[in-house]
Amino acid sequence: MTALAICGGRLVDPAAGVDTAKDILLRDGRVAEIVSPGKLKLNNGAGDIETLDAAGLIVAPGLIDMHVHLREPGQGYKETIATGTAAAAAGGFTAVAAMPNTTPVNDAPEITRWMQEPERGAVVRVFPIAAATRGSKGEAVNDYAALKSAGAVAVSDDGKPILKDSVMRETLVAAARAGLSVIQHAEDTRMTQGGSMNLGPAAFRLGLRGMPPEAESQIVERDIRLVADLHDPRAHLHVAHTSTATALAAVRQARRNGLRVTCEVAPHHFLLTEEHVGFYNTHAKMCPPLRSAADRDAMIEALLDGVVDAIATDHAPHATHEKEVEFENAPNGITGLETALGLALRWLHKEWKMPLGRVLSLLSAQPAALLGLKARGTLAVGSIADVVIFDPDAEWTFDARQSKSKSRNTPFDGWTMQGKVRWTVSEGRIVYSDRG
Amino acid sequence: MSPTATPVRRQLATPPVPASPFPYNSGSLLSVLDLSLDGLSQLLARATALENQDPLLRDRILAKRRVALLFYESSTRTRTSFELAAKGLGADTTLVSSLSSSIEKGESLKDTGLTLRALGTEAIILRHNSSGAPWLLEESTHLPVLNAGDGMHEHPTQALLDLRTILAHLRAGTGEVNAGTLAGVTVAIVGDILHSRVARSNMLLLPRLGARVLLCGPKELLPEQAAQMGPGIAIERDFDAALGQSQVIMMLRIQAERLAGLQLDLEDYKANYQLTGQRLAAHAPQALVLHPGPIIRGMEVTAGVADGPQSAILEQVRNGVAIRMAVVERALAADRQGGRA
Ligand SMILES: [Zn+2]
Repeated sequence: MTALAICGGRLVDPAAGVDTAKDILLRDGRVAEIVSPGKLKLNNGAGDIETLDAAGLIVAPGLIDMHVHLREPGQGYKETIATGTAAAAAGGFTAVAAMPNTTPVNDAPEITRWMQEPERGAVVRVFPIAAATRGSKGEAVNDYAALKSAGAVAVSDDGKPILKDSVMRETLVAAARAGLSVIQHAEDTRMTQGGSMNLGPAAFRLGLRGMPPEAESQIVERDIRLVADLHDPRAHLHVAHTSTATALAAVRQARRNGLRVTCEVAPHHFLLTEEHVGFYNTHAKMCPPLRSAADRDAMIEALLDGVVDAIATDHAPHATHEKEVEFENAPNGITGLETALGLALRWLHKEWKMPLGRVLSLLSAQPAALLGLKARGTLAVGSIADVVIFDPDAEWTFDARQSKSKSRNTPFDGWTMQGKVRWTVSEGRIVYSDRG
Repeated sequence: MSPTATPVRRQLATPPVPASPFPYNSGSLLSVLDLSLDGLSQLLARATALENQDPLLRDRILAKRRVALLFYESSTRTRTSFELAAKGLGADTTLVSSLSSSIEKGESLKDTGLTLRALGTEAIILRHNSSGAPWLLEESTHLPVLNAGDGMHEHPTQALLDLRTILAHLRAGTGEVNAGTLAGVTVAIVGDILHSRVARSNMLLLPRLGARVLLCGPKELLPEQAAQMGPGIAIERDFDAALGQSQVIMMLRIQAERLAGLQLDLEDYKANYQLTGQRLAAHAPQALVLHPGPIIRGMEVTAGVADGPQSAILEQVRNGVAIRMAVVERALAADRQGGRA
């Protein structure tokens, strides 16, 4: 079997506490050796060894996006598992967790398995997140043990919240027993009906009905109360795409109280505000919506002081014709896999001075830990050979037309990115390369 | 008890909001903000000139030019007014309404716009129930698009005809307008502000000429953030107090079709916000009364006030045709000079 040597780069592996020049040998899909520069024995007769010259580049654990929509089964015109994972590879991601709001909803072990079959053509690892309730209708809790053994890494009704207290409680109990996290899309849909952007001055000015921030924070607060009442240390609540200052404050407080409550933030929520909707730009429409500047600033603050556990893109592709409609009729969501690293390095690292290791940890080690992915999110010897190799100093402009995704719905077209992915290696195989 | 948000300690640079690419076509009138004060002066002057021109000469200005009226909402007043204006300049008009076309078969606004353009349409007058639809249509076609009312957002020609009416009464003989033309004038806009595109366009237009806009209505129909829409806007919930401060009173209809589950006690509303002869005499005996129509007599205004001596409601309608002639002429004149498209 072919081995891969990555030589001359700077290895940044936050989980292992490593940030130094190292050469790495990958063999049989695992990290085989980590040695000082120039110390790899490349002619030991163990078959072909391909060498990547990583001089001047960062070598890091492959990125992990714990919140993507790959649209299969059933919505292949928006994205397929093949195109979505190709976009992931281009963005430096070696693993993605796929939300279950497909057609049909992934609420059964057969669908969970189907998504992972080689026939889907995934170029990086897909970890399905199974629906928390039957059909994601928020009524009947699924069989989590069966879904877990089929490969599900968490449960969620993403796209919708689990509204009923009794069902959410039951979900938390059953997931704790099965050893799965519950990922909640926190939105009290009774407060957001007809809304298409954040409730506030911008929505008033544009004549659009608003979605109040309380619709998010009140569900987060309710969920935290439910977790507290369970008194079960196995219970893990993860808040998806946190967008409001009050929801973050609730998570912060829950953690102080010793609860296992975690959260993710999407790049668009730490970069953009409701003002970026401009004149009805449907590429700035998603759920939860872009919020106020104060909410956006709270996201940045929480990223910097460590309350946020992961950066997740909520990659949500939609066909061009679906977005080229009246703002209130456009579907929610934007793509994110190819812009997450470039934006995080440009803003979090360069502008807001977050250390590189912490940025990478939010994009790899921490989501791996949240999902319980074994031997991923690190490049310690013996771990899975998921690697991203990027030029940290390269500035480039994102061109949505060049996207590997099937869809083009991004507000970041034409934006300046920092850090260019040169190679993405998934389980020892090169799945993306760009020497440009 | 919900925990309070942690105050932000750092001052950080964040990504700027990109400049708006609109309008793509300099003949478009999507928002009242598309007009500079100079442009506004020219438009008002052209409205007067066109109104006074011999109809037989006027008829040649846009002879055989193709203008489409694309109406996704029923409208008598605005549609007829635009149609008379375009025809008055000699243009050929085509009415495409949602009740009698491919729209009801599910064609998208973009595709309808592209079809109209392929048919030789040179400008589109759009009335749509979704806020922002004219922006979508303009971006899709790059044609001059005239916003004839979009959802709860804007109705720029209504604000322009309201302005013309106000100027005729309060600033007769004014030629060019400037940032001080309406200094010292308070305009009360009363009623269902939340759902009103007429209110929004006036809120953006009148303060640019120095007027103060006073919004009046119950919380359900007038949220606090309305005052943040722009400069020169304040809220006065007490109707009598608002009347006492105003030289112009613009009454709005309750938009029952947009209430969307909002519970409103209409008797209570009438008691607090109906403009009656008694109220008018007591608090604003000199004020000009405007209403964009359609009027629900006995709801927001009494019949006596609607037909009374302070009412300029029919004058508004007349001004609408003059303003829309100028707006349609501007749309196609810009095209001849080469729009920004
Ligand atoms: Zn979601």
